[in-house]
Amino acid sequence: MSVVGGASGTLARTMVDVWARLEPHLASVQKPARYIGCELGAEVPPPSPERVGWLLVYPDTYEIGLPNQGLQILYEILNERPDALAERSYAPWTDLEEVLRREGIPLFSVDTHRSADEFDVIAFNLSAELVYTNVLNCIDLAGVPVQSADRGPGHPLIGAGGHATYNPEPLADFLDFVVLGDGEEVVGEINAAIAAWKAAGSADRVEVLRTLAGIDGVYVPCLYEARYLPDGRLEVTAPVDPAASAVVDKRTVADLADWPYPKQQLVPLTEVVHDRLNVEVFRGCTRGCRFCQAGMITRPVRERPAEQVALMVQQGLRRTGYDEVALTSLSTADFSGIEDVVTAAMDDSVGCGNVSVSLPSLRVDAFTVGVAAQIQKARRTGLTFAPEAGTWRMRQVINKLITEEDLYAAVDSAFSQGWRRVKLYFLTGLPTETDEDTLGIIELARRCVELAKAEGHNGTVTVSVGGFVPKAFTPFQWFGMNTEVELRRKVNLLRDAARHAKGVQIKWHDPRASLVEGLVSRGDRRLGPVIEHVWRAGGTFQEWSEHFRLDLWEEAMAAAGLDLDWYCHRHRTEDEVLPWDHLSAGLHKDFLWQDWRDALEELGLEDCRWTPCYDCGACTGYGIEHVVASAVPPAGGSQGTGQGLRRGGEVPVTLLARKPAGVGA
Amino acid sequence: MRQRVRFSKIGKVRFLSHRDVARVWERALRRSGVRVAYSEGFSPRPKLSFGLALSTGYESLGEYLDIDLADDLDPASLPPFVSPSLPQGIEAQVAIAIAPGTASLQQAVTSSSWRLEVIDVDRSRLAAEVDRALASAVLPLIVERKGSESPLDARPAILAMEVDGSVLHAELATHPRSLRPAELVRALDPSWTLGRVLRTHQWTTVDGARGEPIPLGDRHAHGATSASHAGARAS
Repeated sequence: MSVVGGASGTLARTMVDVWARLEPHLASVQKPARYIGCELGAEVPPPSPERVGWLLVYPDTYEIGLPNQGLQILYEILNERPDALAERSYAPWTDLEEVLRREGIPLFSVDTHRSADEFDVIAFNLSAELVYTNVLNCIDLAGVPVQSADRGPGHPLIGAGGHATYNPEPLADFLDFVVLGDGEEVVGEINAAIAAWKAAGSADRVEVLRTLAGIDGVYVPCLYEARYLPDGRLEVTAPVDPAASAVVDKRTVADLADWPYPKQQLVPLTEVVHDRLNVEVFRGCTRGCRFCQAGMITRPVRERPAEQVALMVQQGLRRTGYDEVALTSLSTADFSGIEDVVTAAMDDSVGCGNVSVSLPSLRVDAFTVGVAAQIQKARRTGLTFAPEAGTWRMRQVINKLITEEDLYAAVDSAFSQGWRRVKLYFLTGLPTETDEDTLGIIELARRCVELAKAEGHNGTVTVSVGGFVPKAFTPFQWFGMNTEVELRRKVNLLRDAARHAKGVQIKWHDPRASLVEGLVSRGDRRLGPVIEHVWRAGGTFQEWSEHFRLDLWEEAMAAAGLDLDWYCHRHRTEDEVLPWDHLSAGLHKDFLWQDWRDALEELGLEDCRWTPCYDCGACTGYGIEHVVASAVPPAGGSQGTGQGLRRGGEVPVTLLARKPAGVGA
Repeated sequence: MRQRVRFSKIGKVRFLSHRDVARVWERALRRSGVRVAYSEGFSPRPKLSFGLALSTGYESLGEYLDIDLADDLDPASLPPFVSPSLPQGIEAQVAIAIAPGTASLQQAVTSSSWRLEVIDVDRSRLAAEVDRALASAVLPLIVERKGSESPLDARPAILAMEVDGSVLHAELATHPRSLRPAELVRALDPSWTLGRVLRTHQWTTVDGARGEPIPLGDRHAHGATSASHAGARAS
């Protein structure tokens, strides 16, 4: 066993290949292929003292985590640097965890099966709140103290990025640093800072954390203190160290064309979700759906040049051998020139024949169905739309401005062109929702079934209902969410109504899981001990219904002297300090508050991408603008047909400069 | 044209399931630019057919698949063409053209040779149990097939066994009733633990003559021969 010298201490340990100890046990666990790595595109440089070692962890199973594009992008960018190396790890399923703990085998990378504690940084992708107990479990399996304060000079730095980090406070006790926003640029800056710290031979963690806190977009929780008012509300989260800035701003990549990643998308050898080539066509969304955190925090809209999309599709299909490509974004039908891009991707000479294209987020209108028809020449089985609410009133409240005419035109078009199943996504428990709004869901679905009958076949409509959970940096962040009892009552209303609506099937999300998601998504630092309690009691994989344990969360809240009801169901007031007020997604708080008031007044807003500006702050604050290739909204208007919406002050957008297309090296 | 390919599955990739291996082959063929014929109909699939499934976790020096190619291709050029697109551990060794109407791999293969590691068993005990089993007329065993348990006589399916230290070489029939390596070891002694398992050969019987679906030429033979003829007979 060779000893590799290193300054920080982490590389100074002996390199232990976990594989030899792991391998004899793999035959006895479920789906062992998820622990072997070996994916096409998985290439990592050998460890050396000059390289900062990153273990990028997706805290859920391999099947869920492998396709994550954010993690793959950072993996490639880091491995292209001469001063970094990155490997990947995923949460071991409970059967393997039992083996690891029994045999004393640490968490490992799937790339080289090195022990997690040999890396300088363990960085988590946080896509959702219910994985937080898995984060603690992975830190513990790495042999690292779960509490940031208990870590010493030889321990890896524990970081996190991803959408859920916009309220990282519940994890403040456990994370050394948190990254807000797009990671492409900032990951290099973080790496350089850690490399310099390692090279200087320093073992002082606070020193490197202070340096990291000086990088835009990096938040170091231990340099801040949260103080509370006597009534339990937050007074302030303020810096306690001169290195920490009063407000940490998110990072935004101005031009997606500069970052044509992943260039070498990983192709797994075993089955995973979204097992296809994924090409991101734009980032950000300005439709302004008020429930949607992703749309709010990723502004402004930045389109990838169509030529680059075509090239990434072409080269990606050839390299991977995939027969399916997804054009990803928050609303792909809004991509300027979507039809041309789809036509190019479908060209059989591009890939190896028989390529199918999928658009994961379809806008609801007949134009979109036309694009879908062009794509799915065969296999027209199911089509999915997300009207989100059952009545026009409710859709104005949430600013999902789909008229019934748009929905029926889309569904009619789908049924007339050969689709047999339509799936409709809805939320319930929305602000101001009445039973009429809730039942409107079934009414919409019932009329969609009638449209199928009119086309002369037995189409089915599946209604999928989720309980609404308010998220940070959305206009609904002040809203007290519906109780579990109320959500259950609404689900039951829908189930009863669906029973009398032939052809309508209904699926729903567990309201108990929504409750815990609501607790954590708007929670503060006092939830740290709660998350730790649930983890210590064995509550991992909480997003998996067979492992979800509401009783553990209730028990943990009681043990911490905290009230679920206070956190989840209480409406916040305008003057209340929110746990994420010292962080910024670029959105002015007064814009969000105004949008909240507009919501309560049932006032819909146009999409600002194509003309009006409501001064949300996302563009002006960063000196960047929407980057779109088309100056005109899609057919039918910016939000749909014939709505006569009010217009805000107008700020012209920048049209995408035509630069030479390329995907780099 | 239809070609039959012999390939190996060695190392980390042995944890891939039979379905995983099929998917890996489909993608490797697309990547390498070898055009495969597709089935007709609503959702066309590439026409590949695999032989006997190898259990997840087992290694093999002799796996087979039949490929319907859309274009004519010299069988000798297929392995070098597709191998770079296959993951490490799966290697296309040799391909031959097969005539339409050739018996499928599932029908043609009558037995497999295995190299089995038996863990923590005294060598003399292993040899003794193997001798005893070979001398027995019947070897009763309860096996699980399609979720239900049924009694089976393991003895007829054991065509040959030899012991080399703690390694057991066995040839097990696939027709008319098959016996799995784990079942063989359980029949010998239920308390034993099966370690690594390697399929060294699959055998066909054509007009009474035993052979492989594709024998490896001298160029490819080293791996297979060393594994299959390494041991001295125990009985």
